[in-house]
Amino acid sequence: MADVQMLVLAPPQPAPTAQRFGKLSAYFGTPGNTIISMLSIAGMFFIAKLAFGWLVIDAVFSGAGEACKAASGACWPFVVQKLRYMVFGFYPYEEQWRPLLALLLLFSVCGVSMVPRFWSRNLLLVWIVVILPVLYILMAGGVFGLTPVATTSWGGLPLSFMLSFVGLTLALPLGIVLALARASNLPAIRVLAVGFIEIVRGVPLISILFMATVMLPLFMPDGVTIDKLVRAQVAIILFASAYIAEIVRGGLQDVPAGQVEAGKSLGLHYWQVMRKIVLPQALKKVIPPMVGLFIGFFQDTTLVTIVGLVDFLDTVRAAIRDPEWQGIAVLEGYLVAAAVYFTFSALMGAYSRFLERYFRTTHA
Amino acid sequence: MAFLHDMRFRAYFYQIVAIGFVALVGWTMFATASGNLAKQNIATGFDFLTRPAGFVITESAIAFEATDTVGRAILVGIANTVKVSLLAAIFGTVLGLGVGIARLSHNPLLARLALVYVELLRNVPLLLYLFLWYSLIILILPPVKQAFHLLPGVYLSNSGLVVPAALVESGGLALVACLVGGAAAALVIRITSTRHRVATGRSNHGGLIALAALVVPVLLLWLANGVVVNWDFPTAGKFRLTGGLHVRPEFVALLFGLALSVSANVAEIVRAGIQAVDKGQWEASAALGLSRGKAMRLVVLPQALRIIIPPLTNTYLTVFKNSSLAIAIGYPDLVMVSNTVMNQTGQAIETIAIFMGVYLALSIAISLLMNWYNAHVALKER
Repeated sequence: MADVQMLVLAPPQPAPTAQRFGKLSAYFGTPGNTIISMLSIAGMFFIAKLAFGWLVIDAVFSGAGEACKAASGACWPFVVQKLRYMVFGFYPYEEQWRPLLALLLLFSVCGVSMVPRFWSRNLLLVWIVVILPVLYILMAGGVFGLTPVATTSWGGLPLSFMLSFVGLTLALPLGIVLALARASNLPAIRVLAVGFIEIVRGVPLISILFMATVMLPLFMPDGVTIDKLVRAQVAIILFASAYIAEIVRGGLQDVPAGQVEAGKSLGLHYWQVMRKIVLPQALKKVIPPMVGLFIGFFQDTTLVTIVGLVDFLDTVRAAIRDPEWQGIAVLEGYLVAAAVYFTFSALMGAYSRFLERYFRTTHA
Repeated sequence: MAFLHDMRFRAYFYQIVAIGFVALVGWTMFATASGNLAKQNIATGFDFLTRPAGFVITESAIAFEATDTVGRAILVGIANTVKVSLLAAIFGTVLGLGVGIARLSHNPLLARLALVYVELLRNVPLLLYLFLWYSLIILILPPVKQAFHLLPGVYLSNSGLVVPAALVESGGLALVACLVGGAAAALVIRITSTRHRVATGRSNHGGLIALAALVVPVLLLWLANGVVVNWDFPTAGKFRLTGGLHVRPEFVALLFGLALSVSANVAEIVRAGIQAVDKGQWEASAALGLSRGKAMRLVVLPQALRIIIPPLTNTYLTVFKNSSLAIAIGYPDLVMVSNTVMNQTGQAIETIAIFMGVYLALSIAISLLMNWYNAHVALKER
């Protein structure tokens, strides 16, 4: 699952190759180097030729399944015809502007939230109280004249983003509380927190998803059923909170003990010390690893397809298995999905590197 | 009401509330669950483990028949999980070490290629890769009827690779004894030779002698016909191949996907670890006349290892837990076998408890092992 450690550990990189890129001796300085360069160039040329042939020369640009079956290259009509289904799933066709609007809204709010200048205590609160309900209303409808859409018809990219963004937003407060509990002086509370965190981190996400979908209904009183989507979402929140707690704990340990003592000597009680002195310092330090964790969780939401939710990977797989295209566009479908996941993960990765630079150069 | 402001009273109060809350939630859930189960006529308890399983497992690291017990089926699942994660960890670490060193190469082309490799693997979900590898195997390779006949007895098709199986007729015990004894002797020789070299400063051929100690007993046993091996050659039937050792596409796709994902993580860890070693160490090695390769092997990597071990532990724990994605492509690991058991017996709570317990126990075991190794390589302060 999410591998957090790396970002914490990566030291400042002095861009080892950038300056040397212009010099020929870097490529052909020694016999060994020359061989490596030749092999690399040959490999890159081979892959480029293969990719170009498949994507352009042998590809099919119009027609239907039969045309693609005959050709050996990529099947572009599949991508064009199936794209809308892959993105939105079974969401009612004429209402699909709503998930689109929700996605655009989510992206723009995210873009704003990523700017360090707008970070504040209230940002998380705005997310929970304003943004998430608005997104929910857009998706679910039922008010303001919007047609209600059951969660069973939600799917595709909006579902993937929702599971990861809602998961992380709601897991954050829970994770902070868990981290505080783990660092607490009260043994019973500490033991409970350690038990929860270690159990959740010791088992795979899929087992927690199974628990939420298979086992949880057994624990519900008669007549009470919880939406499947909500159950998976709660599983992701609980899972994420344990990992967030561990990251926040690292931040808490970095705050010198003198800060707590100074706060206490000013007469502040525990929650005031935490809220006004310790947490603001600790949370700022853990933002880069938190972004790394987010990349991991964005990818991990694909696991919900195993318990039967229709996320983006699932709609892509359904499109591949469509009788009209069966066995024709497997590679095409998976490459489209891979490109989407790659783009978002790489963007977040770039943002994480920007943050590391930002924190090194400013004393924010 | 002064006691309300007494810190000791408050401490007790909070703890009692917390424990009470957890106990209440637990008890409510337990009561509802047992009520529900009683209504559905599902017996609780672990008796179902001794019942016959009644399903087949396509691939098992230990022998399994449909008539065996459910408990043994779960054991097969555990063995399969351990097998695939162990192999993925080994292959991934070797590959990742190479890629990590390539990322620091002085050759910009190689360094960039290694970067592209790592980024491609880390920014796309593992599950997507597993689906992709699995469908590629199924799509590209021919069906069993037209299986590629690569070598005598070696068939490759979209239902997997079939190779002749070696059945040890007799002398298996002697073989194991030779291997274990040889390994122990090799270890002892290597340790003494290193100690001798450090004490005297003279190089000896300890490595070669150790290698000989490892290989020679097995070779002698082989030459003396101490081991009789029967080769079970696969035969091509009308619809399927019978006999031989069957490597299934599910296993290959899972192993490939997991090993690649481990390699990308290991590469990043190795790169960060090597970069964290002071530049002066390289310069000092160069001043002593060591080549770049030797400096890496003898001076830099041993120091980098101290930084590398803790995140490496995390990677191994991750691959072990990620092997549970096997269920998506149909490799019978612990989760998939448990899922079948759940569907067959209806004992969801017990089965999930078992497999979560197994994952927890093995996770803790891996952590302990790696912590021990970490303490072993840690800087010894004198």
